[in-house]
Amino acid sequence: MTIEHTDTAAHDVAPPIAKVQSPLRRFASEFFESWIARVALFMLLTIIVLALAAPWITPQNPYDLAQVDVMDGRLAPGAEAFAGYTMWLGSDGAGRDLYSAILYGLRISLAVGVASGVIALVIGSLIGLFAAYAGGRTETIIMRLVDLQLSFPAALTALIMVAILGKGIDKIIIALVLVQWAYYARTVRGSALVERRKEYIEAATCLGLSHGRIVMRHIMPNCLAPLIVVGTVQTAHAIALEATLSFLGVGLPQTEPSLGVLIANGYEYMLSGRYWISVFPGVALLLTIVSINLVGDRLRDVLNPRLSK
Amino acid sequence: MTAPILEVRNASKRFSKSLDFAAKLARRMGANVSEETVHAVDGVDLAIMPGEVVGLVGESGCGKSTLGRMVAGIMPPSDGSIIFEGVDIAGMDGAEARKAALEVQMIFQDPFASLNPRMRVEQIIGEAPLFHGIVSRAELSDYVDDIMRRTGLDPTLKRRYPHQFSGGQRQRIGIARALAVKPRFLVCDEAIAALDVSIQAQVINLFVDLREELDLTYLFISHDLSVVEHISDRVVIMYLGRVVESAPIADIFDAPNHPYTVALLNEAPRLDQRRRVFEPVKGEIPSPIDPPPGCHFHPRCPHAHARCSAERPVLREIAPGRLSACHLND
Repeated sequence: MTIEHTDTAAHDVAPPIAKVQSPLRRFASEFFESWIARVALFMLLTIIVLALAAPWITPQNPYDLAQVDVMDGRLAPGAEAFAGYTMWLGSDGAGRDLYSAILYGLRISLAVGVASGVIALVIGSLIGLFAAYAGGRTETIIMRLVDLQLSFPAALTALIMVAILGKGIDKIIIALVLVQWAYYARTVRGSALVERRKEYIEAATCLGLSHGRIVMRHIMPNCLAPLIVVGTVQTAHAIALEATLSFLGVGLPQTEPSLGVLIANGYEYMLSGRYWISVFPGVALLLTIVSINLVGDRLRDVLNPRLSK
Repeated sequence: MTAPILEVRNASKRFSKSLDFAAKLARRMGANVSEETVHAVDGVDLAIMPGEVVGLVGESGCGKSTLGRMVAGIMPPSDGSIIFEGVDIAGMDGAEARKAALEVQMIFQDPFASLNPRMRVEQIIGEAPLFHGIVSRAELSDYVDDIMRRTGLDPTLKRRYPHQFSGGQRQRIGIARALAVKPRFLVCDEAIAALDVSIQAQVINLFVDLREELDLTYLFISHDLSVVEHISDRVVIMYLGRVVESAPIADIFDAPNHPYTVALLNEAPRLDQRRRVFEPVKGEIPSPIDPPPGCHFHPRCPHAHARCSAERPVLREIAPGRLSACHLND
């Protein structure tokens, strides 16, 4: 009884599938058009791989006090350590091989940045979605809270939080999440407000789907593009903020040196000519943040429909 | 005589922009500021019989889409009630309300905005029936195939995303999505206005076929009388939030009663009037924020007299099955 209806649609054929590039592939090819993006992504992936592989490619575990020898302190780049290996980037005041310490520090910096970014993203976007969907007074209260949060300097808020909570990786992550959730909430709320007015949401309402389902299955997936962009940029921001806190001595403890702690350790030797203790971790931090930001910039260009050709 | 499947009783929809803090302060200081309220739909009565196809026509901004959305249960009316099979929708709760909501579905104007771009066709069509337990997960695939065939879509394309389809096919997906919850009443909001003319005819034919097969009732919203003429049994004309005339399709084209209907029909392009110079209805459609008093049409009406600007004409029966709201009938 239904076969004859296919005939009516015969003139109304879909464009052949070959011509329609899948969105992901189109996105990838646009992303790689820029050589800066290619270099930045390569650099970022290299940094991540080096950080992950640190225990296998470094001569020393800087957290293991048995492997650290104070006699090796403040050695210049290229000097030979007491244990026999060459310290290509020199050593710091406590005798830690800087090359090893930087890779181990990168692990901590990246882990803190990514963990706080992901947690803030989840919490912030749920709050933003809720605000946009609820509307009215609920939305006003949440968004004024966001404004309040964003009006404080991020470093100041984080400093206060760390001062209250104390030292430690978990506390740093809590402080960073508190600083960052508002960015995600504001971004998601903006795009959710746009999506909410589209007809497919009305259709979902008309089909009697539950509110939770409409928010999570219909609105949220369509807000992902700006969220990815803010996510990358905010992760870089979190890494920089963690380094700032550690540099100021309120972040991570001396026994688990992140890049910020390493820079702070070398600070006192700068004027005595032992530049490497601060400069090499600083360069590593710079490269990490710059490469994440460049990737984030490119993502923004590619994902922004207003800029697309 | 059978009871209407759906009845709209004195329904209104107002959208108001509440005053912000500065405006409230200005008013307290004595400034002449008041809340701006748009009467999108203003006291509409409408009864639709089972199996009937009612065309709802009017200029853009006359409130026909708002009325459609109220009927489909997407927005609640500010005043009045929507009655489905004798029961007020607003008074229902739980399972009963859900059932009534599914009985009335809507087809949207824009086939690009009305499908979720991140879902595959099978998810778009199959989500609601699965959610409401109309089909089990095991039967879902066959169920979606069947509905796609009914709406003239090739079931082998169900793994594709909406952007891989043409406008006409997307509209068919929208129709399939609505049919998947087994509705008995479809509100088609300018459902073919965004399509190419050649595709329009196909989609209209699909609507006609589905009506016969599935015993559907339609509220067919359009700004285009010629489209409505094809499919409708009865036409309801709206102007600035009010119904001005309601009549069977033949009567409205042969003997329009309300001056607004006359004006609309005069401007519809016809083969026998090819050489005519068309003049738009004189004047602008007034702002619904500040509608004219009395009959809303009087500033543009060639027959307006003193009473028209003072008293709102009532929609009354002027002949069997024909309603009109005009003082000229008295």
